[in-house]
Amino acid sequence: MNKNNLVLFSVGLLALLLYWWGYGHVFREGNAAMFVAVVVVSVTILYYTGKAKRGDEVYLRPIAGLKALEEAVGRATEMGKPVLFVPGIQDMDQVETVAGLIILGNVARMTARYEAGLHVPVARSIVMEAARETCRESYLKEGRPDLYYDDMVHYLTDDQFAYAAGVDGIMLREKPAACFYQGKFYAESLILAETGNSIGAIQIAGTGSPAQIPFFVTACDYTLIGEEFFTASAYLSQKPELLGSIKGQDIVKLWIMIIIVLVFVLNGAHQAGWTDFDILSLLTSY
Amino acid sequence: MFTAEMLGAWFAAFLTLAIFSYLYDDNPFYKAAEHIFVGVSAGYWAAQAFWAQVQPNLFGRLWPKIAEGSELTILERMWYGIYDFMGMIAPKGYFPAGGIEGHDQIRLSYLIPFILGIFMILRLVPKVGWLARWALAYIVGMAAGLRFYGYLNSDVIEQAKAAVVDFSGSWVVILNGFIVIIGTITGLLYFFFSREHKGALGKASKIGIYFLMISFGASFGFAVMGRISLLIGRFNDLIRFKGADYSHATYWILGAMIILLAVWAFQKKDDTGELTT
Repeated sequence: MNKNNLVLFSVGLLALLLYWWGYGHVFREGNAAMFVAVVVVSVTILYYTGKAKRGDEVYLRPIAGLKALEEAVGRATEMGKPVLFVPGIQDMDQVETVAGLIILGNVARMTARYEAGLHVPVARSIVMEAARETCRESYLKEGRPDLYYDDMVHYLTDDQFAYAAGVDGIMLREKPAACFYQGKFYAESLILAETGNSIGAIQIAGTGSPAQIPFFVTACDYTLIGEEFFTASAYLSQKPELLGSIKGQDIVKLWIMIIIVLVFVLNGAHQAGWTDFDILSLLTSY
Repeated sequence: MFTAEMLGAWFAAFLTLAIFSYLYDDNPFYKAAEHIFVGVSAGYWAAQAFWAQVQPNLFGRLWPKIAEGSELTILERMWYGIYDFMGMIAPKGYFPAGGIEGHDQIRLSYLIPFILGIFMILRLVPKVGWLARWALAYIVGMAAGLRFYGYLNSDVIEQAKAAVVDFSGSWVVILNGFIVIIGTITGLLYFFFSREHKGALGKASKIGIYFLMISFGASFGFAVMGRISLLIGRFNDLIRFKGADYSHATYWILGAMIILLAVWAFQKKDDTGELTT
């Protein structure tokens, strides 16, 4: 075990010991399971991030939707039409919006590289500010700050369906060749995706909203479902620390599966009267 | 007599039909309804954000209404002096005399969002525009920390609790419990990215994607039923507005719209100069 890992595991262990010592008088009772989960998840992800940074190769299985991003921008360039990017209808306090803006950064780099037009209508003022920062940086990184202008990211309205009507209008009049829907969506998802479909645009959606995924699957060419959407930033950037975090998250999923099986087996044994240990009370009361 | 209610009904019928006219084509009625909808809602949300959030929740906590007969310290008087100054430069009603009602004591911790809000506005001044990044960094960092705890609780702890099968229940309950566990585990396996989906993992993740697709299908059907009820709501209004109480608004507007759309369609020429319908 190298020095960095030793420090990481020591800090994790120290946090658990500190919590155990202060449980009930320094720390509130009833959150022990959550605290342990936070420490274990954090240490696991940090461990794999560190490994990747030190040069360990991380394999990521291919995701069709992400491969198609560049293809879609290229198609728009060839057709001389713009690209439309919709970062969802929620604010920056939603993880999906943040993930959407990270993907926007990559899409903006492609539009800068290929000199394609980019439209980013937004529904929140803070998202507008963050999206402008993201696009400006992407154009700068590609060495094309001359192509960037603030109005490529523009505010429409906060209202859900008015925003959908506004984006539909942009689609009908600007006729973008590629439409990206990446963020948090609600009932407007099908309205947007159907309009994009009607104008013949190649459409790539990505969201963590389980209720909206079916609509995107129906109307879009590619859909990044749930976790695929959140891993997109790592795929696109290929930064070791992000790739490492994906590996870490996979290990966390493995932990979760083990816990689920353990809870099932131990609770079954408790119900059968083979043991007095009640795993449910451990998860609920501590 | 033409009342305000009737005017509202006519306007509602017009906007509803104008939006429905999109089913024919992108036409001037749809464009008008779209721009009215976007413009009015943007204005409404801006006003709503100030009067429902900024004024009562931020300024109301920083400068709460001073109770009658209470004596202010020198520092408090200076603090309310800033408020009075803002009241002088802002339009009447934004900063009522003596403070804003709703809270009983000054909460100076709200200076942090106040300052971060000012940072956001400073984006308009190019030289200090970079300060807006601090506000953005705060929002993103705060949200990530907050959601981390929330998701861990709902997606891990609660999911683990849901893995319990009640063996005292009927065989249907037990079978359902097993299906939930298999669906959860195989669904999680589908979202394994650092391993190639081959062999046992490939087969398990395939089962996982079947579970996901079945749940998406159920969700799709449920949402479509909801949309149908929204459509019925719009039709109910149109049916109500066609009555004599509203001077047959639906019929008049629908008729006028069809005639005007027909005229517009015959006048519209495509790029080749040919008439398009």
